[in-house]
Amino acid sequence: MRTISITSESFDPAERLRTFTSAAQTAGAIVSFTGLVRPHSTSGQVTRLHLQAYSPMTERGIENAAREAAERWPLDALSIVHRTGDMAAGDAIVFVATASAHRRAAFEAADYLMDYLKTEAIFWKKEYTEHGEHWIEPRAEDYADHKRWQT
Amino acid sequence: MTVLIYLGRLADLTGTPEETLDLPANIETTADLRTWLNTRFPAAETGFDTSVRIALDSEICAEPSPIGAAREIAFLPPVGGG
Repeated sequence: MRTISITSESFDPAERLRTFTSAAQTAGAIVSFTGLVRPHSTSGQVTRLHLQAYSPMTERGIENAAREAAERWPLDALSIVHRTGDMAAGDAIVFVATASAHRRAAFEAADYLMDYLKTEAIFWKKEYTEHGEHWIEPRAEDYADHKRWQT
Repeated sequence: MTVLIYLGRLADLTGTPEETLDLPANIETTADLRTWLNTRFPAAETGFDTSVRIALDSEICAEPSPIGAAREIAFLPPVGGG
């Protein structure tokens, strides 16, 4: 099972994990990651975060990353949910879940997918704080994290 | 008619996320397009520099590339990550 969803609607990561767990019950290990909008940034208190995608390029890129993860690790199932549109602090932006026979593959595949989503995925992100608004680019650490997988 | 899509910060520079228009006949390549857009949106100045990639009908092209019969041309500044 491989599900990828890009949605402008808010979603409940706990509910997604429940659905995923019941669909992947024969796997021995499930790992999930949820990314939330942080309430503070270097520019101040975050009042809003806006995320833009470009269909179908964004979907195609994530599908390729999911396929690569499935080739690298023996996965029983994989699920990715990514938000677009306007979000408030505390809202879920991204949810990744992986299922495999053993934990190592599930952990690594989820980590790999998140590194892809943080640097390569086709999203533009605008942060609004009490001091104004600005477009965000990935941090140097995000690129370094992503490079780990190229060896 | 061609649809031009300005993604991310580019929409702030052009004042619109997309527009539909007839491209002038003398615009044949992506290089012509960049020059034309930089003069068309003086506020953008070098907004359409080489850090902005161009997708012809949602395929990133190797530049300079002929525009051909592309119906949708998107301008993608560096992505911000999810």
